[in-house]
Amino acid sequence: MAAAVLTTAIAACLLAPLLWPLDQSAVDLAGTRLAPSWAHLAGTDELGRDVAHRSLYGLRVSLLVGAVAALVATVIGGLVGAVAGTVGGRVDRVLMRIVDTIAALPHLLLGIFIVAMLRPSLGAVILSIGLTHWLSTARIVRSELLSLRTRPFIDAAVSGGASRIRVLTRHLLPHVLPRLALATTLMVPHAVWHETALSFLGLGLPPHLASIGNMINDGQRSLLTGAWWSSIVPGLVLVAVTLALAVLTDRWRDRLDPRVRAELNL
Amino acid sequence: MTAPTTQTMGGTGSSAVPSAGLAAHQVSLSFGRQSVLDRVDLHLAPGETVGLRGPSGSGKSTLARVLGLLHTPDAGHVTFDGRPVVGARHRLPAAIRTRVAILFQSPRAATDPRLSLADIVAEPLRATGTGKDEARAQAAELAELVGLTPDLLTRRPHAVSDGQLQRACLARALVHRPAYLLCDEATAMLDASTQAHLAGVITDYQRQHHAAVLLITHDPALMTRWATRVVDLPPPAGS
Repeated sequence: MAAAVLTTAIAACLLAPLLWPLDQSAVDLAGTRLAPSWAHLAGTDELGRDVAHRSLYGLRVSLLVGAVAALVATVIGGLVGAVAGTVGGRVDRVLMRIVDTIAALPHLLLGIFIVAMLRPSLGAVILSIGLTHWLSTARIVRSELLSLRTRPFIDAAVSGGASRIRVLTRHLLPHVLPRLALATTLMVPHAVWHETALSFLGLGLPPHLASIGNMINDGQRSLLTGAWWSSIVPGLVLVAVTLALAVLTDRWRDRLDPRVRAELNL
Repeated sequence: MTAPTTQTMGGTGSSAVPSAGLAAHQVSLSFGRQSVLDRVDLHLAPGETVGLRGPSGSGKSTLARVLGLLHTPDAGHVTFDGRPVVGARHRLPAAIRTRVAILFQSPRAATDPRLSLADIVAEPLRATGTGKDEARAQAAELAELVGLTPDLLTRRPHAVSDGQLQRACLARALVHRPAYLLCDEATAMLDASTQAHLAGVITDYQRQHHAAVLLITHDPALMTRWATRVVDLPPPAGS
């Protein structure tokens, strides 16, 4: 079920520009707040724009931002964690204090601050999410490396003449990468929500561009007039897709974790 | 084989510095407040087999790690053919590290679970710049010497027994032709026939390359049969 929802959503997002092209700035003031019908499956919003059509384009933005931001966060977190876990000592202590300090700040507030410093764009939103979500990845990578470093097979590699780089690339990173991939996918739904929150607060994409957050924000003005569909439909799309993503990732973790653990503890 | 001579080490230490061989001089090491080694001397001369015994916690494995150039002592130093060794692990060039090999007690913990047995044996050669084909060929030769069949070489650690894995570890330890082989209870987890086979391979290697072996074992029969000299480590301080 989750796989079907996600596959359909991704396929629709990929094919949308070909099958259902959308003029983002077009409005139809003669057909505002129309209830769902065969002509408009999810009705229209206060400017007469098709809610289903725009939800699809909004989802495109949300998934793109979610995936790229999760990747940015993984790269930053992976690098910081790898340096802390392999160099150790003072470098490790300094990096981990930086992580603790940033973690002590509310990350949505920090994200708003970062995005407010930049011009509103997709890049700014991605950077804002990436820069506030790398902390847990850094901690995961560091703790994995610290526990791996003391294992006898690393001693055997050092004794066999392997350089630091060789130990890192041949023995340490291959063990950490599955965890890193898992952390990235777990982060995607969260990043999607974060993008929506920023857009809802008016800090995401310019208002005329469809994004789930923008649509929920625009739609709340129509709620009092009875046109519930203009914010409920994009909200439901978001919930369905992120839930599907979370369920699939969770299943993957259940399958991956025992195997990795069993292999490492053999 | 002649009965080994016995001596007790630690605390008193000898002052003579033998030129050839691997030696620990007045080595002390603590983990936090726990003193593990207290001014220990040990000398491994080329060609000899030194047995190291002592109660659990007396620092046998720690001494092997210090001599294996994996741990820097808090005090004292290690000499390698008369020259002091400064630092351990990556602070030392690979050319020195590969002269001393360690065979660990648990072959499972000592092997990367992701690699095949062939890769495990060839890895030290690949790590020091030997080409893939050449490394594979040398690894296959050594694998045959330790009694690993070609079909086992394609398997990963979880698909072989402890004995088979320890054979691979021995092949890996010998792949750089080390002058010193430190066996840290390396045969403790193995059955008698595997134990005898590995001991035979090590003895042959020792004879051919005039290598020294440090034998840490709780097995008195193995110690008597194999070691030419036995060193006793005193019990840990405070016990």
